[in-house]
Amino acid sequence: MVQKRVLVIEDEPNISEAIRFILTRNGWQVDVEADGFAALARLRSAPPDALILDLMLPDMDGFEILRNLRAEAPTRDLPVLMLTAKGQVADRDLAAKLGVTRFMTKPFANAEVVSALHDMVAS
Amino acid sequence: MSFNLLVLTCLGYVALLFAVASLAERSAEEGRAGWLRSPLVYTLSLSVYCTAWTFYGAVGYAARSGLEFMTIYLGPTLVFVGWWVILRKLVRIGRENRVTSIADFISSRYGKSNLLGVIVTLLCISAGTPYIALQLQSIAQSFTVFVTDMDSAPVAGDRTLIALWVAIGLAFFTIVFGTRNLDANEQHHGVVTAIALEAVVKLVALLAVGIFVVWGVAGGPADVMARIDAQALPEWQIQPGRWTGLILLSAIAIICLPRMFQVLVVENVNDKHLATASWAFPTYLFAISLFVLPIATLGMELMPTGSNPDMFVMTLPLHLGRDDLALLAFLGGFSAATSMVIVASLALATMVSNHIVVPLWLRLRAAQGQDTGDMRLLVLNVRRLSISIVLGLGYLYYIMSGGSEALAAIGLIAFVGVAQILPALLGALFWRGASRTGAALGLSAGAALWAYTLLLPSFGAGVILPASVMTDGLLGLPWLRPYSLFGLTTLDPLLHALFWSLLVNVLTFCIGSFLSFPSPIERVQGALFVNIYERPGPARSWSRPMAQAEDLLPMAQRIIGAKPAQGFFQEQAGRQGKAGFLPDITPEFLEALELKLAGSVGAATAHAMIAQSAGTAVVSVEDLMAVASETAQIMEYSSQLEAQSEELSRTARKLREANDKLRKLSVQKDAFLSQISHELRTPMTSIRAFSEIMMDADSLSPEEQAHFAQVIHDESIRLTRLLDDLLDLSVLEHGQVQLDIGPANLRKLIDQAVTSSKSVQADRHFRILRSSDEEEVMLTTDAGRLTQVFINILSNARKYCTSDAPEMYIQVRQAQDMVEIDFTDNGAGIPTESQSLIFEKFARLTDSMHAGGAGLGLAICREIMQNLGGDIIYVPGQGGASFRVSFPRVLAARAPRREAAE
Repeated sequence: MVQKRVLVIEDEPNISEAIRFILTRNGWQVDVEADGFAALARLRSAPPDALILDLMLPDMDGFEILRNLRAEAPTRDLPVLMLTAKGQVADRDLAAKLGVTRFMTKPFANAEVVSALHDMVAS
Repeated sequence: MSFNLLVLTCLGYVALLFAVASLAERSAEEGRAGWLRSPLVYTLSLSVYCTAWTFYGAVGYAARSGLEFMTIYLGPTLVFVGWWVILRKLVRIGRENRVTSIADFISSRYGKSNLLGVIVTLLCISAGTPYIALQLQSIAQSFTVFVTDMDSAPVAGDRTLIALWVAIGLAFFTIVFGTRNLDANEQHHGVVTAIALEAVVKLVALLAVGIFVVWGVAGGPADVMARIDAQALPEWQIQPGRWTGLILLSAIAIICLPRMFQVLVVENVNDKHLATASWAFPTYLFAISLFVLPIATLGMELMPTGSNPDMFVMTLPLHLGRDDLALLAFLGGFSAATSMVIVASLALATMVSNHIVVPLWLRLRAAQGQDTGDMRLLVLNVRRLSISIVLGLGYLYYIMSGGSEALAAIGLIAFVGVAQILPALLGALFWRGASRTGAALGLSAGAALWAYTLLLPSFGAGVILPASVMTDGLLGLPWLRPYSLFGLTTLDPLLHALFWSLLVNVLTFCIGSFLSFPSPIERVQGALFVNIYERPGPARSWSRPMAQAEDLLPMAQRIIGAKPAQGFFQEQAGRQGKAGFLPDITPEFLEALELKLAGSVGAATAHAMIAQSAGTAVVSVEDLMAVASETAQIMEYSSQLEAQSEELSRTARKLREANDKLRKLSVQKDAFLSQISHELRTPMTSIRAFSEIMMDADSLSPEEQAHFAQVIHDESIRLTRLLDDLLDLSVLEHGQVQLDIGPANLRKLIDQAVTSSKSVQADRHFRILRSSDEEEVMLTTDAGRLTQVFINILSNARKYCTSDAPEMYIQVRQAQDMVEIDFTDNGAGIPTESQSLIFEKFARLTDSMHAGGAGLGLAICREIMQNLGGDIIYVPGQGGASFRVSFPRVLAARAPRREAAE
């Protein structure tokens, strides 16, 4: 079985560490980027099977990254799970409009992240 | 002639006067007053100037002083021929302003001042009473001369009784014809006609006697001239100075005498009549004076020595056996006296009632709070009473003076008295700068001098003025002697009085006018009087319309609006039987339009606007003043509106600002809540994720367990600190913070802060540069809060200073009561675009984990400093990050927050 790759874009070190631990334990190959630009470069050079995207980032927010992804052919259909601590309805709507695959608010249940990721890649 | 017959003759004559006056009144009432309004009647009525003094006294005067009596006629002649301009202006103003007397004229011109009315009235009464007494005296005298059976007459030779009956009779006549009705114009056609008749009688009488004397007694004009030369006395020599003075005096009198003003101005119906009078009246005067000198000469020649020359007109025919001529002369004298008394008492009574009695009565009624009611009957009754009073005064004067003075002297004294009105009168006509104060001062000063130098001494030394005053002067001061004031002894008393009184009068009038500032109403009246010819006329009607309806419609539209204006024009056109919007421009239409416009812009403005559009009338000063006053009202109203709308827009702006602020606050609140949510959820996410991992502890290595527990612990601390900061900020922001104010040493506070901040990145070496001397400041403030700010700044510096060998320079300054501390590090500083953000909540410039805070520190610092009555600012361009903290050295118990009001 080929190991699926997931990229986590998250600037909170503790959160990205938690996600990496959970997903690694469930058989994912996990890469973490805290910086939006670096993340975009990595996505273009080596697109993963799925993306976990934080909304609030220091340089470039999650919406901007999503918009970029959906504009480029290689990542147009990339499954994206957006995690946000803000959790406002307006954010959820905007994310849906921009073509997000799943949207979850922090704090999250670990199991849900794992199953969401699994569903996204399977379908 | 017997007394009874003479009385009957007089009564018959008076009955004739009654008949004529009644006829004239009836004609005037029926509107058939055409012939009454002829220039001839006007000219004849002017002959009221020629009184008994003229009739009898002139002959006496001629007998004593030769041709000098002519001066009394030359003055008026000069005025009518040469000063025609003054008369015309006087008459025009008088008629247009419906002036009722000379007192009214002066009062009206000088701002409708009743004070002036009273002064002029009193002056005229003082001068007029002796004059009336003189007429009574002359009638009484002529009676006693004429009546042969005086001793058996019912009056038993008592002249005063005759005078009394005459006075009563004249009062009755004047009341009947002078106060029939209260005409706004104060015109009395009956009286004027009767006066005109009397003018004819006295002229005919004098001419008849004269003709008899020249052709019947002497041998014609040549003989008379020879006799005159033979009779000439040394006193008959012409004295140029005295002539000039007397001509001037009589010229003034013809304008200023109340009775002359009455017939000349008040009774005038058309100022064109003056044109006729300007030659006809001098002719009359010439005719009446023609035979004076012959009569005087022949009287002196033929009459026994000791005869009174004042009575020659009558006694000469009597002496020569011509009783019929003597009776005619008697009637002439009688008519001269009665006409003067009637007009003078009418004029004086009008003044007394209008300026003294009615104002007093009204004030009395007003003081009693009573309604003034119908004034008509009151004014008429007051006037009737006044006539009786005036005649009563004349009679009293006659009794008291005893009739001793020569007739002419009394007349001249009166002339000088009324001459005091001249400066104010001429000022009224020609000088807009003449003021009420000046007129009052001039009149009073002139009247006082006249009384002191002429009137009072005329009673005789010791009667009113003590003999000592006459010889030694007032208070024993020689230069105050009545007949030689300031040592002026070269003039005879009459000219002396005329000179001084008029000089002082004119001077005080001018100085008073220059020094006082006329009130608005004085200025308006002044302009009205002086510029009388610039006015189109008294009637504000549209006699000669030239406007086009096409011009008037747009103007009306501007004022009352397009639709109403068009509607109005259409309606007016329809009324004229025309279709469309343009009616014929008739005077009726213009009046209706003016009325319509007046509703919007005021009457005066409407009048002026139509005048302008119609191009007919000149806009008068009165119109302009009315416009100005309306404009002022409109401006006041519109400025009130403006103020209100300004207030409204101010309120609206405030509301808009408040609304904007609320919206901004609402947005800020949403953003803040969103921020808080994010800041709280972030540590909780870690805590939840790791605690879920920890639940499955069996699969974890002990190292992993310890690490994850540590993360959970750190994130819990972070969460707690965040909550603490939020609560702190909330308390500070709402000004509910309880400050713990006490004494503190600044150096110790900074020591404490430096020590506390060392726990942040404790491994990093941070050099702190301080100058302990400046730091020795004793403070009275909340030391704990201040230290919190210092710690925050120092901790930030430890966290963010980018230098490899980080340094912090702390510099303390004192300015007045404020302490200022700069904290400057040697790092990269804060980017310019972020400097304005750093004091905002959650304005974290780098990622939170690296900073280890929630981004509330500087926001809290700012709140603390404001609570301490100071501030914290970022100082750019100091080589590194530089924060300046300033606060009062001594903080009052509760310093008001700088933004407390917000």
